[in-house]
Amino acid sequence: MHVPDGFIDAPVSVATGVVAAAAIGVSLRGARRELTAGEAGGLGADRTAPLAGLVAAFIFAVQMLNFPVAAGTSGHLLGGALAAILVGPYTGILCVSVVLLMQGVLFADGGLTALGVNITTMGVVTVVVAYAVFRGLLAVLPRTRRSVTAAAFAGALLSVPAAASFFTLLYALGGTTDVPVGKVFTAMAGVHTLIGIGEGAITAATVGAVLAVRPDLVHGARGLTTRLKLRVGGELVDAPAAPAAAAPARPVVKVWATGLVTALVLAGFVSFYASASPDGLEKVAADQGIDAKVEEHAAAGSPLADYAVKDVADERLSGGLAGALGVGATVAVGTGVFWLARGRRRTGAGAGAGARADAV
Amino acid sequence: MGAGHAHTLYRHGHSPVHALPPHCKLAATFAFVVVVVATPREQMWAFGLYAVLLAAVAAVARVPAGFLLRRLLIEVPFVAFAVLMPFVAEGERVEVLGLSLSVSGLWGAWNVLAKGTLGVAASALLAATTELRALLTGLQRLGLPPLLVQIASFMVRYGDVITDELRRMSVARRSRGFEATGIRHWGVLARTAGALFIRSYERGERVHLAMVSRGWTGVMPVIDEVAATRTQWAYAAVLPAAALAVCVMGWTL
Repeated sequence: MHVPDGFIDAPVSVATGVVAAAAIGVSLRGARRELTAGEAGGLGADRTAPLAGLVAAFIFAVQMLNFPVAAGTSGHLLGGALAAILVGPYTGILCVSVVLLMQGVLFADGGLTALGVNITTMGVVTVVVAYAVFRGLLAVLPRTRRSVTAAAFAGALLSVPAAASFFTLLYALGGTTDVPVGKVFTAMAGVHTLIGIGEGAITAATVGAVLAVRPDLVHGARGLTTRLKLRVGGELVDAPAAPAAAAPARPVVKVWATGLVTALVLAGFVSFYASASPDGLEKVAADQGIDAKVEEHAAAGSPLADYAVKDVADERLSGGLAGALGVGATVAVGTGVFWLARGRRRTGAGAGAGARADAV
Repeated sequence: MGAGHAHTLYRHGHSPVHALPPHCKLAATFAFVVVVVATPREQMWAFGLYAVLLAAVAAVARVPAGFLLRRLLIEVPFVAFAVLMPFVAEGERVEVLGLSLSVSGLWGAWNVLAKGTLGVAASALLAATTELRALLTGLQRLGLPPLLVQIASFMVRYGDVITDELRRMSVARRSRGFEATGIRHWGVLARTAGALFIRSYERGERVHLAMVSRGWTGVMPVIDEVAATRTQWAYAAVLPAAALAVCVMGWTL
């Protein structure tokens, strides 16, 4: 259900508009990755517009597919969860947002000032919740097609009441009527749990139907593909792997150590002899006197302020020490992020191997 | 192919409103809706004036009233919600025709109805006087990311194609004696949706290849640069400026 103009007050509308714009910005980048991932060599971003556009058209059309419930009533799919599972979360957010934008501008379905509310609720929250639940369940369930459909059911089921609850939150923050929040929540959550059951069942069945025909198109089921087998002398053997796309990585530890040592040398020793004059912008600012009003940075009192270690008298030694500490901190944070990212990738690969083992 | 090639929402015409550059009209519509939403709901006459303003624009654009009123039907679900509001809202109650209604609920219902209807009417007027493609270039000129505009343009171009595909599937099902009456038939309908997704995605791949073979590099060349003169901006600003005057009066009176 699209929120019309005047239902949510201005500050909340503006805030959700900012959230929606940020989400679309992030999704534009992510969608490029998702839609080129299937292509060997990652052919440029020129696939994004036609594919995402056609998927958006699909969502637009599938919202018109009526599913009879009982006694003449019928419902239709919202499509956020379905899009997230079929084409990935970023493309999903993007496509649902485009559909909502066009519905608002062209079909007057949903107010122009409520566009942020609509995109945040029906695009972002639905897709994020559905995909998080879906991924979470896939991580614990055995990697079979049936668990993909089951996870799709749960994701879509939960995404609808989640969106309804989020709308209630927005309403509590900036609703223009004083219907008590409790009543709104009960009504919204109750109705939308029922809708969610339908959404879940239909999403799961649709994902199952696509899985049966083109499993490679289902983004959420990537990694389920089994390796090609050859029957050699009546026995199944793994086909030789295709020539590896990625160049063999250099030994990680070596690269890491070299980089670290170089950075330490540069930061710790070269900074001894580095120019004492400030960098370009600071220099211009000082010359033009525009930094007269520059406030002290919030971290000015911190031990590394102005790249010198407090309580170390020798200026050069202190600068070098600060540089080395900075490199250390950066490496620590960077490695942490890298490890997190790699850990995720590794579990994916490991699970893929598990599926392969199951298949044998 | 006997029908026109424009979208059904668009009414072809040569009025001054049709001739305005699309981004001026988009900005004017958006500003108008913002002003309407910012008006205090107690000033009922202000909303009447807004409606008169929109009617004047419709008259200049030669869009018949019946056409606009039909487009307003899209609002019906929220009207139902608004009708419920006086019954469930709390606070001071008032007796109307023997029913106990909440005063704040009545104001809330009026607020949503008035502002929502004006918003729908404004967007409907915009869509009736601006071609789809012009609307998209207008959005791009207003600073929407080009990739987003491209996706949106593919969506509106192929929206009807995909919807028609869905309709053909429905005709095929019915001509084979299928009738969806309950939950038992969800499987069939879900398989329809699945097939529709595969067809849409594969069509997207074909469209992409066809475009690549015609020199597509991921950037849509701009061939019709529409620039707005100051006069055109001034014409477009008439509606939001008048609305702003009404809004200011609403706050001060």
